[in-house]
Amino acid sequence: MKLDLSGFESTPPLFGASDGLSHGFPTAPSFDLPITGDFDGFQKEAVQMVKPAKGTTTLAFIFKEGVMVAADSRASMGGYISSQSVKKIIEINPYMLGTMAGGAADCQFWHRNLGIKCRLHELANKRRISVTGASKLLANILYSYRGMGLSVGTMIAGWDETGPGLYYVDSEGGRLKGTRFSVGSGSPYAYGVLDSGYRFDMSVEEAAELARRSIYHATFRDGASVYYVGPNGWKKMSGDDVGELHYHYYPVMPSTVEQEMGEVSGA
Amino acid sequence: MARYDRAITVFSPDGHLFQVEYALEAVRKGNAAVGVRGSDTIVLGVEKKSTAKLQDSRSVRKIVNLDTHIALACAGLKADARVLINKARIECQSHRLTVEDPVTVEYITRYIAGLQQKYTQSGGVRPFGLSTLIVGFDPYTGVPSLYQTDPSGTFSAWKANATGRNSNSMREFLEKNYKETSGQETIKLAIRALLEVVESGGKNIEVAVMTKEHGLRQLEEAEIDDIVAKIEEEKAAAEAAKKGGPPKET
Repeated sequence: MKLDLSGFESTPPLFGASDGLSHGFPTAPSFDLPITGDFDGFQKEAVQMVKPAKGTTTLAFIFKEGVMVAADSRASMGGYISSQSVKKIIEINPYMLGTMAGGAADCQFWHRNLGIKCRLHELANKRRISVTGASKLLANILYSYRGMGLSVGTMIAGWDETGPGLYYVDSEGGRLKGTRFSVGSGSPYAYGVLDSGYRFDMSVEEAAELARRSIYHATFRDGASVYYVGPNGWKKMSGDDVGELHYHYYPVMPSTVEQEMGEVSGA
Repeated sequence: MARYDRAITVFSPDGHLFQVEYALEAVRKGNAAVGVRGSDTIVLGVEKKSTAKLQDSRSVRKIVNLDTHIALACAGLKADARVLINKARIECQSHRLTVEDPVTVEYITRYIAGLQQKYTQSGGVRPFGLSTLIVGFDPYTGVPSLYQTDPSGTFSAWKANATGRNSNSMREFLEKNYKETSGQETIKLAIRALLEVVESGGKNIEVAVMTKEHGLRQLEEAEIDDIVAKIEEEKAAAEAAKKGGPPKET
């Protein structure tokens, strides 16, 4: 079976491209059109279907000791919860992490692809790629597929020669550098807790607890995994069931009973 | 688009690529160029053939910038050099755009060498007729480097090297006299190497110095004359010391 290497292309297939020396002029990619009466309407529907899929909560922030990355673990298909244990933090390489929000397949595939590119960069240049470079590579790839229905809202977190780095990259082609990000439908809630509890000089444990609490408040009956990125790479801190966390934060207190109800005997 | 399907650079029965070797001949006829790497300074020197009276000498710059921290000097076909330099300059900026980082010296050398190699293995083209000396500082670690490429597309790093006319004599001189230098000493070493094969005088050599803080700086004719004078003094002093050295017999 011939190996399909099309996934290695970082841009959609161009025509009239490289015949040795001459550079082909990039033409619009063409692919088979579906047989439908109203193609425009069909296109709109397709985009709408993918758009609201960013149903998740992920967050990451830079602090004194490095970068803390946390995400919930629910996967949903419309109203149906398909899994409670999805890994939304993707390990690009031992010192870089990516978070997943949006289309799961898109995020997984392009993060794997980014990992390949980072490794190739290392081999060619004999030094690790910077978080800036890695996030830019991903952003450029996503930009070239702009308008074709990819749904990716990701954060690239890592530690490189210049220290901790955090970038937000999405499928619209946007790329932002920052110190605190939360992505997904639960992000407004996460931001609330994160912003009020954030201090630059937290310890690793304090930061992990803040990350855990933010995810918990954003998504109730859900799992949350927390990763820490430091100078020696990333380390998984915990994979909690937020259901348990709820009782950890709000333990059941014995309360006085005003009336005891006895056994109801058959009358 | 018309495509060429006949290769010009093909193997000979005994494994030579004659076009590449002829290109090296062209390099050997080009002006002498030398590069010396010091601990905090890198110097490029190029022989300047006497400019015609009516020519504006400022338009004939032989040592050029590829980026703020990388410079290049070459020996061979100057028109080929212009094309290669333009492509390299674009690549430097393209790299800055895609990874938000300046190129390392090794990266851009690899790119130029790759380009030179492509032209030895493509239809309808001949190899570039030039060897380059590429110098620069690593944007993060600040380590200075000197690389050389040739028409075959090979490249390697050097502490000091020469190319172009009489490069063998210059290289011999460098091998004999090279030691770790910095600042002014590096400049002197480079000029001394050039003076082995070029008529002395600021008019006949073009020297550029690259430092981490100030990037590439072309030395003025007057400065070069100054340094040449100092070198002659030191040479004379050394000769005198040698002559006066052995004790006189009574």
